[in-house]
Amino acid sequence: MKSIADIKAIRDKMQADKSTREASHEGDTHIIVGMATCGIAAGARPVFNALIDEVATKKLENVRVTRSGCIGMCKLEPIVEVIVPGEDKVTYVKVDADKAREIINRHIIGGQVCTEYLVNE
Amino acid sequence: MRELSLHILDIVENSVKAGASLIKVDVVAENGMITVTIDDDGRGMSEEFLRTVTDPFTTTRTTRKVGMGLPLFKMAAETAGGKFDIQSTEGKGTRVTASFETDNIDRAPLGDLVSTIVSELGDDAPDFVWTYRVDGREFVFDTRELRRQLDGVPMDSPEIVLFVRDLLTENFDIVNGGTIL
Repeated sequence: MKSIADIKAIRDKMQADKSTREASHEGDTHIIVGMATCGIAAGARPVFNALIDEVATKKLENVRVTRSGCIGMCKLEPIVEVIVPGEDKVTYVKVDADKAREIINRHIIGGQVCTEYLVNE
Repeated sequence: MRELSLHILDIVENSVKAGASLIKVDVVAENGMITVTIDDDGRGMSEEFLRTVTDPFTTTRTTRKVGMGLPLFKMAAETAGGKFDIQSTEGKGTRVTASFETDNIDRAPLGDLVSTIVSELGDDAPDFVWTYRVDGREFVFDTRELRRQLDGVPMDSPEIVLFVRDLLTENFDIVNGGTIL
């Protein structure tokens, strides 16, 4: 049975890797999931967890997944904002776990914005 | 909310926004009741705010004028034969308690508590003590202990998050002992 102490092996490996990696978060791509009541009720938690899973399994470095509150577009939740340094912020709406994985693969890895998941103009 | 664990995620976010440094969450299933307690050391609220806090037209958010988190949690408890209580002291913290009859037809399933816990991991996030107990079998996950063991490695690194998810899934299965809440 696993315990918290089992994390030592992972930690030691990560600490060794860290010396070769940039310590600052400045160049990081930032993915933000709305997790207020509206977001959570609409399905933000599976979206958030799918994003973390995908970032972990694809071993994406310098990508951070965080939460935010309500940005006032509750009807369009779950909302995911992607901020790539040097580019305009992209806001995806009505995201689900599958779309979240697609956003990682096409936008974060492939560099192509998934235009079909943006707000309809 | 379709799951009690989604209510928990929502209410915990209130504690985070209240500037808590330690949040204790107990989920206990015993004697036919499920009791959820969320106890934080955040800024608390005034008596006046507390009186109306379960009214949907009370909120601290500025993007609009309704706040559904606590009213929904209260309603979920009361429709499932349970009780809801909130106590708060300005400058000290807030404690929210909700109970549910385990076998009540109107009780939402507990759902994916592991995902709720994992969503709250983070170096900038407050510390958490999550206690999960079913019929005397208990598992406690204390992020302060995790933080010590990590020794500077970010708690929300994907590798760590995956580890914690496995850790919790394994141990919660044992606590469940075959029952699904």
